[in-house]
Amino acid sequence: MIKPGSFYQRDMQRQPPARVEAYKTSVSRSPNYPRIALENTIGEMTGPVFGHHEIGPLDNDLLQNFAQHGETALGERIILHGQVLDENARPVTNTLVEIWQANASGRYRHKNDSYLAPLDPNFGGCGRTLTDENGYYAFRTIKPGAYPWRNWVNSWRPSHIHLSVFGTGFAQRLVTQCYFEGDPLIAKCPIVNAVPDPEAIEQLIAPLDLNAAIPLDCLAYKFDVVLRGQRSTLFENRLEGS
Amino acid sequence: MVQKLTYLQETPSQTAGPYVHIGFAPRATGIEIYNKDLGFDIAGPNAEGERIRVEGHIKDGIGAKVKDALIEVWQANSKGNYAGSDSAVEEGFRGWGRAVTDFETGLWRFETIKPGQTPAPNGRVQAPHINLWIVARGINLGLNTRLYFDDEEPANAADPTLNLIEQEERRASLLATRIIQSDAVVYNFDITLQGEGETVFFDI
Repeated sequence: MIKPGSFYQRDMQRQPPARVEAYKTSVSRSPNYPRIALENTIGEMTGPVFGHHEIGPLDNDLLQNFAQHGETALGERIILHGQVLDENARPVTNTLVEIWQANASGRYRHKNDSYLAPLDPNFGGCGRTLTDENGYYAFRTIKPGAYPWRNWVNSWRPSHIHLSVFGTGFAQRLVTQCYFEGDPLIAKCPIVNAVPDPEAIEQLIAPLDLNAAIPLDCLAYKFDVVLRGQRSTLFENRLEGS
Repeated sequence: MVQKLTYLQETPSQTAGPYVHIGFAPRATGIEIYNKDLGFDIAGPNAEGERIRVEGHIKDGIGAKVKDALIEVWQANSKGNYAGSDSAVEEGFRGWGRAVTDFETGLWRFETIKPGQTPAPNGRVQAPHINLWIVARGINLGLNTRLYFDDEEPANAADPTLNLIEQEERRASLLATRIIQSDAVVYNFDITLQGEGETVFFDI
């Protein structure tokens, strides 16, 4: 086993800052003091490992995993698929990818969501899977609807799917949101625009992928995720501690 | 002309939003899809060491309790070994877990074992600690912090990370308070996102 090396410094200029005035909730939930930079120790370079036995056969199929027998979720049927890579373009294999989302009307199955759009009795809204030996993952779901939220009086989130990825070290832990190509709400969203770099925002938009669509069945979008790269320990190996 | 660096760049983070429980703890919202939600058994039945409960609240800049957050935990076993590294841990010891703040009270808690000391670069030793990662609505990039134990004074005094914090006054924000209750050894750890007593967060 290769000894874990530290991860590349996170490029904070491409990440959203803690406090973003336009995203109002961040104003009281953002630390006033800057984060203290910490060189990786063993606890940042390692992370949890998950096994196939922990994942059920329908866990990555949101069309079916909450549906009554013989039923299926309502909405635009899509495949969301992609590859998890690190900054060295190496596939991140066997890592846990989790998603959650609203239904086709923009309503979440959550006690705190009081939006008037109806729940879909055949849609739960969560999925999980492990990447394969090439870092690929795939989900089958419906395209979520946009929904209003109390930020400005007339704020609407673009259609999005929340994604969580682990990687191999706790320092790679990432939660993000996947948006869909062509959605005019993306440019207006203060959560999207919390990301300061327009090129970095593009990294959050999944293109339509007709090659992965299934004829007469469902469309597909491709969303690749890049986690921090890991150094090879060329000259230093000071981790061991003795 | 120089050669081009071909590194990819990390995907930007986005807030986990108000409905993070659907993805990470669906049973907390009454969704029964998974046969088991992950992360609610951190140490497992075979772990050696002292069984502890950790609990606390998260407060925002106004002092209000945050009731829609999710905390992930990553820790070593009682010997200071992490699961997933090349050191052995007890069977069933995962060292990773999740805690959800209660929708009504904002209290979060988890059961685990107290971790041991772990190695640091250059032959130094780290005081026992638990790595925490907090996501919630309003938090654009997950917040990393560390929980240390207030009954580990000599180890804390020598800990390389605590000593990185220039203002000594801020170090106390990372100390959990040991309380012996009738049914458990409890460490209380309140997290302040902003303002007076603000918790130290790390860029790891």
